[in-house]
Amino acid sequence: MAPVAPRSGDAIFANVERVNAELFTLTYGAIVRQLLTDLEEVDEVNKQLDQMGYNIGIRLIDEFLAKSNVSRCVDFKETAEVIAKVGLKMFLGITATVTNWDVEGTTCSLILEDNPLVDFVELPDTCQGLYYCNILSGVVRGALEMVSMKTEVTWLRDMLRGDDAFELQLKLLKQVPEEYPYKDDE
Amino acid sequence: MQFFGGSEISPSPPPPTVSGNNAHMMYVFNRNGVCLLYREWNRPLKTLNPQQDHKLMFGLLFSLKSLTAKMDPTSAEKGNLGVPQLPGQGCSFHSFRTNTYKLSFMESPSGIKIILVTHPRTGDLRESLKYIYNLYVEYVVKNPLYSPGASIKCELFNSTLDQYVRGLG
Repeated sequence: MAPVAPRSGDAIFANVERVNAELFTLTYGAIVRQLLTDLEEVDEVNKQLDQMGYNIGIRLIDEFLAKSNVSRCVDFKETAEVIAKVGLKMFLGITATVTNWDVEGTTCSLILEDNPLVDFVELPDTCQGLYYCNILSGVVRGALEMVSMKTEVTWLRDMLRGDDAFELQLKLLKQVPEEYPYKDDE
Repeated sequence: MQFFGGSEISPSPPPPTVSGNNAHMMYVFNRNGVCLLYREWNRPLKTLNPQQDHKLMFGLLFSLKSLTAKMDPTSAEKGNLGVPQLPGQGCSFHSFRTNTYKLSFMESPSGIKIILVTHPRTGDLRESLKYIYNLYVEYVVKNPLYSPGASIKCELFNSTLDQYVRGLG
């Protein structure tokens, strides 16, 4: 019998080793601060954070799959639910609500209940264009790419920029089937 | 989890069934068909060069998967034979046995394929393959010096794997 995939990440979250939340938040803050110093342009920092997240995501997916026993999702709706309820819980200790589905079922929003990355953070006037949590969108994009889903992940609302919630938009661009990677005449 | 020097892998390995030393060889492929790891413990016959051998094994799995999905009597929707599938789509086989060896196979939704070839009388190795996947996560994926897609050269992974596989029944 196939193992039943968990509907929430609570049990896994309880079993993994965790680090102090404050240490985590401050370390992330230090990274962003350093990127701002090194790259100077806010847009460049956004790009760099996204890239860093992507690199994390393509590795993180295997840890997620190994520990959560989640097998293939039947559709993108289930994928979004699993990210919101299991994935975010496992790695960040938070959950999210999935809303704003479009008619085709390819675009939705994750509204984060809480965001441990932004404790103690206020954006100064010089950094108004900064997507401080852009690493998260990169992680989600990278992880989904490894399970054959090309996506576009963007922040729609960001409390650091004066909005009333953290809203992450997931847009499924295409699903990439597995192909035989060798040529016949090789 | 390795940051603090612990070496515990969760969940703990399933207990070995009979006496060990039953493994012939093992392959790990990624989603692009790159052979990340090849180990052999007992393989007297060598007729192909390693590259051809890896390609043959990957091709066997690829075709067999597409065949088993095609034959699936429980599913209404069937792709045409040879048409690419999404990883994890359709049914998948987990082992086959000949009179001289048994091949156990596991594929994660991320396309990592683990293949273990053992003595024909070995029991169900699905839990063991899952454990090896966990080893891969802990020792390879979490190793910051490992770049995804490269062949695996992690000493710690190789020795732990070796020890574990030698103990398999």
